[in-house]
Amino acid sequence: MSMQDAGQDAVETVEQPSAARRYRLTDSTLRDGSHAVAHQFTPEQAAAVASALDRAGVPVIEISHGDGIGGSSFNYGFSKVDERAIIKAAAQVVHRAKLAALLLPGIGVADDLQEVQALGVSVARIATHCTEADIAVQHIGMAKRLGMEAVGFLMMAHMIEPKQLASQALIMEDAGADCVYVVDSAGAMTVHDARARVAELKARLRPTTQVGVHAHNNLSLAVANSIGALEEGVDQVDGCSRGLGAGAGNCPTEVLVAVSERVGYQTGVDLFGIMDVAEDVVAPIMRRPQLVDRSTLTLGYAGVYSSFLLHAERAAARFDVDVREILLELGRRRVVGGQEDMIVDVALELAGMDPASRYRGRARG
Amino acid sequence: MGRIPIAIVGSGNIGTDLARKLLRSSLLEPVVMVGIDPASEGLARARQWGMETSADGVPWLLANRARLGVLVVFEATSAAIHARHAADYASAGIVAIDLTPASIGPSVVPPVNLREHLDRPNLNMITCGGQATIPIVAAVTRVTDVPYAEIVSTISSRSAGPGTRQNIDEFTVTTARGLEAIGGAARGKAIIVLNPAEPPILMRNTVYCALPEDVDRSAITASIEAIVAEVSGYVPGYRLKSPPVFDDGPFNTPGGMAAGRVTVFLEVTGQGDFLPAYAGNLDIMTASAVRVGEVLAVDRFAATAAPGAAA
Repeated sequence: MSMQDAGQDAVETVEQPSAARRYRLTDSTLRDGSHAVAHQFTPEQAAAVASALDRAGVPVIEISHGDGIGGSSFNYGFSKVDERAIIKAAAQVVHRAKLAALLLPGIGVADDLQEVQALGVSVARIATHCTEADIAVQHIGMAKRLGMEAVGFLMMAHMIEPKQLASQALIMEDAGADCVYVVDSAGAMTVHDARARVAELKARLRPTTQVGVHAHNNLSLAVANSIGALEEGVDQVDGCSRGLGAGAGNCPTEVLVAVSERVGYQTGVDLFGIMDVAEDVVAPIMRRPQLVDRSTLTLGYAGVYSSFLLHAERAAARFDVDVREILLELGRRRVVGGQEDMIVDVALELAGMDPASRYRGRARG
Repeated sequence: MGRIPIAIVGSGNIGTDLARKLLRSSLLEPVVMVGIDPASEGLARARQWGMETSADGVPWLLANRARLGVLVVFEATSAAIHARHAADYASAGIVAIDLTPASIGPSVVPPVNLREHLDRPNLNMITCGGQATIPIVAAVTRVTDVPYAEIVSTISSRSAGPGTRQNIDEFTVTTARGLEAIGGAARGKAIIVLNPAEPPILMRNTVYCALPEDVDRSAITASIEAIVAEVSGYVPGYRLKSPPVFDDGPFNTPGGMAAGRVTVFLEVTGQGDFLPAYAGNLDIMTASAVRVGEVLAVDRFAATAAPGAAA
């Protein structure tokens, strides 16, 4: 391991040994992981995961329906248990970590923030498609008025160029966001893509505004992209224990912590502790391993929202279509997060069942 | 009798699109457009189309009401402006058809509940998503109980104006309320998604209705098809994308466990009057408002304007 030894020497001699760089880690197992279990988390599972993450020293734990507060629906899947009960169960066992919740304007409403704050959530993560930041101004404003930390979450960030993404981040910053995330919802970014976007946001936002990165592993690049983002100075990074999340999953928190230590970043998270969370607490509640397989790889390749995975697999089975064809078509149509209803629509068309022409005349009467 | 004289307040895109539609109406005559900017392109266009215009706002309209004979005003400004003038319209005897989110009068969806409110001084058009989806929910509730209805409206980013963007919660809250109060669902939820794809996408709506056990699926399908035909009578670009899709549950909905559901996919192409064809969400608002005006003309003002004929 001479390369690693050389690297460590370099860190110790070139920089002050005590000044290892820090970033803030948010574990989203109980939010992004909700997609992977079709939103069937129970309060007992939430309490077990949250408590274990807290003991391991994870500073922020995100918890809500996968599509954010109010996401429980026909379109995205109904929660097994009301998310307020889930949040409450987690809040009761967490002593050190902050609790975060996601909210997508258009799905949840600003008033929901007040309700989850009362349950113990102090970080509001407000997510929009990467070109639609202005619909979050209302919700970021509400979070700040409530005294919450506000994080802007620019999803599907691979779809636009870094400069355009930074302009959208500025809208969120102006609205009061304390941090703006580059969110690779489709797991479609290469390391270059992630670095370029983080670098642009770091350059254009105020020094007091933090920048975050949220990666998905569809191209097997979640850890690499997160480390690339760190090298560009990113302040916050998301992980999910054992990668539990939409599509092929997220950046596995335990791997992120280990690699961070090797390359000289402090997280404050205990490495063996977070490994144990992944292995002992999260693995047993997983329905299937987080793999890069033909479905999830196609998500990354086609640039499709990772949470479409289970919906697309169900539609593929029901209408007897290859799930990859559905995903490729959704990518071609530049479908964005939240458009889960397009999946059945596209599957119907691909199955040759499209009666649109028949209906066109009929509907017009 | 002749056409009913009406006024358009607001000289922006919506007001201009309304003018184009109203100029075609055999029942309504747009005699005046009122704005606040003398340099407004909308006012200039309205003059070209033979309408009188004023940049002196609603006070001017009220002062000239008798001379113009205006019976109905289409409000295409903002909720704040409409709230300020709603009482003035009412005391002047002008019926207001409100396209803003002010929600002063009852919310109306032409084929569902308009006839209950024809005598009211102020009628609210809810939201584009409401005009597109409430008829479907109402069609299902005509056949069976709907414990929970949910809609997803997807519109092109280009067609979402600053008003919608600054208060997107207003869309979801107002539409959800309409699914319950007008559509007849016990519980309602509305979702809106903006899509920035180029060329812009057409407005699409997905309607999910939770269903009890043992429902008559063909009766539901027939009821949906009938109401789609009715809506497309005044919104020509409104159509079903595919036949209703039925699924077996159980579904754990906010309205309780449901045995099944029906899903309806709708697309709305605009008529391209002034707003582009992809903006079906705006077209369905202006076309529905015109429909409300035309029903008023026939069923409310025909009698008052020509009592002899009615007798």
